Amino acid sequence: MSDILNLSRRGFLKGVVTTGALVLSVRVLPSGLLAEEVAYAGTHAEHAPLHPGVYVGIDTDGTVYIVAHRSEMGTGIRTSLPLVLADELDADWKRVKIEQAIGDARYGSQETDGSQSIREFFDAMREAGATARLMLTRAAAQQWNVPESQCRADLHTIVHASSGRKLGYGELTTAAGRLPVPDKKELQFKPPSAWRYVGKGMVSYDLSHLVTGKAVYGMDARMDNMVYASIEHPPVLGGKIKSYDDKAPLQVPGVRQTIPIDTFKPPHEYQALGGIAVIADNTWAAFQGRKKLNVAWENGAHAAFSSDEFKKEMQATARKPGKAVRNEGDVDAGFAKGGKVLEADYYVPLLAHASMEPPVAVADFRDGKLTAWAPTQDPQATQDAVSKALGIAKENVICHVTLLGGAFGRKSMPDYIVEASLLSKKVGRPVKVVWTREDDVKFDYYHAVAAMYMKAAVDDKGMPTAWLQRSVFTPIPSTFDASATYGGDDEMGMGFTDIPFDIPNLRVENGPAVAHVRIGWLRSVANVYHAFAVQSFLDELAHNAGRDPLEYLLALLGRPRVLDLKATKYPNYNADYQKFPIDTARLRKVVEVVAEKSGWGKRKLEKGRALGIAVHRSFVTYVASVVEVEVTPQGEVRVPRVDTALDAGLVVNPEITRAQFEGANVFGASLALMGEITAKNGAIEQSNFNDYPVARITEAPRENNIYIVESTAPPAGVGEPGVPPFAPALCNAIFAATGKRIRELPISKTNLKA
Amino acid sequence: MERRSRSAAGVCIGQVRRACLTLRDYSKVFVRRNRAARGTIGMVSLIEDNMIRLKVNGVERSFNGDSQMPLLWYLRDVLGLTGTKYGCGIALCGACTVHRDGKAIRSCVTRMGALAGSSITTIEHLSAAGLHAVQKAWMEHNVPQCGYCQSGQIMQAVALLNSTPRPTDQQIEEAMAGNICRCGTYNRIREAIKAAAGERA
Repeated sequence: MSDILNLSRRGFLKGVVTTGALVLSVRVLPSGLLAEEVAYAGTHAEHAPLHPGVYVGIDTDGTVYIVAHRSEMGTGIRTSLPLVLADELDADWKRVKIEQAIGDARYGSQETDGSQSIREFFDAMREAGATARLMLTRAAAQQWNVPESQCRADLHTIVHASSGRKLGYGELTTAAGRLPVPDKKELQFKPPSAWRYVGKGMVSYDLSHLVTGKAVYGMDARMDNMVYASIEHPPVLGGKIKSYDDKAPLQVPGVRQTIPIDTFKPPHEYQALGGIAVIADNTWAAFQGRKKLNVAWENGAHAAFSSDEFKKEMQATARKPGKAVRNEGDVDAGFAKGGKVLEADYYVPLLAHASMEPPVAVADFRDGKLTAWAPTQDPQATQDAVSKALGIAKENVICHVTLLGGAFGRKSMPDYIVEASLLSKKVGRPVKVVWTREDDVKFDYYHAVAAMYMKAAVDDKGMPTAWLQRSVFTPIPSTFDASATYGGDDEMGMGFTDIPFDIPNLRVENGPAVAHVRIGWLRSVANVYHAFAVQSFLDELAHNAGRDPLEYLLALLGRPRVLDLKATKYPNYNADYQKFPIDTARLRKVVEVVAEKSGWGKRKLEKGRALGIAVHRSFVTYVASVVEVEVTPQGEVRVPRVDTALDAGLVVNPEITRAQFEGANVFGASLALMGEITAKNGAIEQSNFNDYPVARITEAPRENNIYIVESTAPPAGVGEPGVPPFAPALCNAIFAATGKRIRELPISKTNLKA
Repeated sequence: MERRSRSAAGVCIGQVRRACLTLRDYSKVFVRRNRAARGTIGMVSLIEDNMIRLKVNGVERSFNGDSQMPLLWYLRDVLGLTGTKYGCGIALCGACTVHRDGKAIRSCVTRMGALAGSSITTIEHLSAAGLHAVQKAWMEHNVPQCGYCQSGQIMQAVALLNSTPRPTDQQIEEAMAGNICRCGTYNRIREAIKAAAGERA
């Protein structure tokens, strides 16, 4: 990362840490100072002569500093947002240095989730770039004493066309910095035809560091004088320590002390779970000491939670009337008319994020201030959570953001940073909290468990005349309100309230469920289970009608139209509905593209193989996937190929976007084929990749083809929307191959042996 | 977990012997293995000086800490070589892959006590003389997303190509099946390995 110096290599260390140790500091620190000896002094960008806002600064040597205020977890956002700014500034990408922002409200939202970074900040980046460009142009015009209109930017220089004079950005920055910052109305934006980077893309700014081991993740953060902590959490949510014995841990060489952490007071939000921390000189000693702890727990009410019984309860709830969130026509009258009625129950279990880097954080509390180095998707939420936990002002929490070794939503919840902060305050020195993989699997903010009930009455062509769908899931609001049992409008709006089919009588309902574990956001969130139910049920209807699933799907999408959802509460992923409506023509388009590219109905398939299709709009992006499955006579499922077509509006970085959708298909394969978290007596039964497997190279789709549909619509999300269509498309393919309908994930629960 | 580590130690002894180390060195390893197995020191403790000597990235190192400590934490916490990652701790994900005497091993289950006389190479040293062909291929194919697993993936791929310069797709899958990438970069990994193999051939 550009803003982190490896001080030890420069010989600044004072002989405490062994050679090669990595001590983190901010690049603007004066030479020779360790991170903890001075306060955070800001970004290079804001110390540059010209810095018209918080996102960009230009130094006299021509270096353009661009601040990445969103977190890099593999989506390329640390590259793609600065790229938009650099393009509008007409900067030479080779002379751009990216600085990672600390948590600071001045940057606007830093909540890097919901696939919304580009959508929310595309305009802001362009404005920042255009502003700096205008000021440089103005400075040059004044210096040459020519009209501003005769000067233009050309790759890091301002040129006066008629005289051929040129001045570099570095030469102009001081003069430009003295000018008043122009009003937005004065800005002129490049036409798309003049874009250098937007729409063409650029590989990750960090690519060379990512392949050489130099990239700094939270796991690699280190401060001088730091100790390591491993925490034994209560096995059941809300459990408390009855008693514990730390004699054995304290015998382990390298273990210094144990520290109890109070169990949170409900709602748990981002508070520490509680437990006992073992503090040691290195990670290994902390792990070893912890294994020797002897703890008696008071488990509390959630100890009654077992997944088997809970599943039955949820499925029963899904069969009872719920709270209507969308109601069109008269569904009850539709069903009363008679005709053929189809019903189906679908079920998706709890899922864990299992990012390759487990939760980890370094925190240093001193002089009433807390400095953290952590892989977080939301440094401002971290400031809030830590300030509450420590009872200090938010401004006194400095949260540095490292690279994230994957996150998928887990690192939007900064409980592990709160733990490190509490411990640093107690120990009186920097503390690094390292979660084991077992901790990660057993104490996640899980993806909700969900039961869906689907019912449709069909006419003699097999088309639905009445449609009822009900979703019951442990809602994310339970993390913030212990009594919450119904889903939020946003969760219901993820593929359920917004069902886009042309059906005269339609009702969408939500039923209650009590969460007994922490529930959080996982890549594409409620879309996972809603798309699974809706797109599978649709396939069931198509087969019932004896029609080709593709043809049936297009028929059900109906005439091209914009969905009118005024009568319902539909958050639309916090996007303006006028700007980002649900346009069935775009759904249809991605379906048509993927059908053609996958050779639907045309390609000759080997024996035991079949295709399945699904389409889904999420995060205001339209995606359709065709999965080819092979089911062996022994019942093994393989995915030789997946084709995915997407319309995400204007795509800033096509190469990285393709990679995101390839990855989404693999993520989809993991959850569809093998992902399942269960609890018994309140404790999670899985622990590591042996019992919570994820797709390996042998299980991932063998061919993974991504097609980006050209679009002039405003930019939409790319990190998450690839996930939802995969599981239903795969299950629909399995039905086509075997005649067996999968209504419960993971697929491994169903015996597919011929 | 315990069973795995013992077998790892057992393999090591054979390699130490092949490396023609002194009896004294060999005994130390032997003692450690027995101590680990039986929890006793025994009479051979006379020749014990608690020092494990090994090479890391070409530099001679000696270690006198807990012989049960996995190499991973020695590299990361003691030497500060953080390019090698922790992912699972039980040899299921491959994020911790390094080379011992040119072969890929999982450093998270390889005890320091089993490493006397070994030569360890980590991602930091792979490109000591410019980028390795595999690293170049990784960049050309834009493999990493979050990148966290990629040190392990690259070390695994390099070991594969060292033993099998022109691997088939099946050989690639067999060699790489122990390395998890949660971002799902597998197809790019496969293509990058094939490209690197082509370049080296």
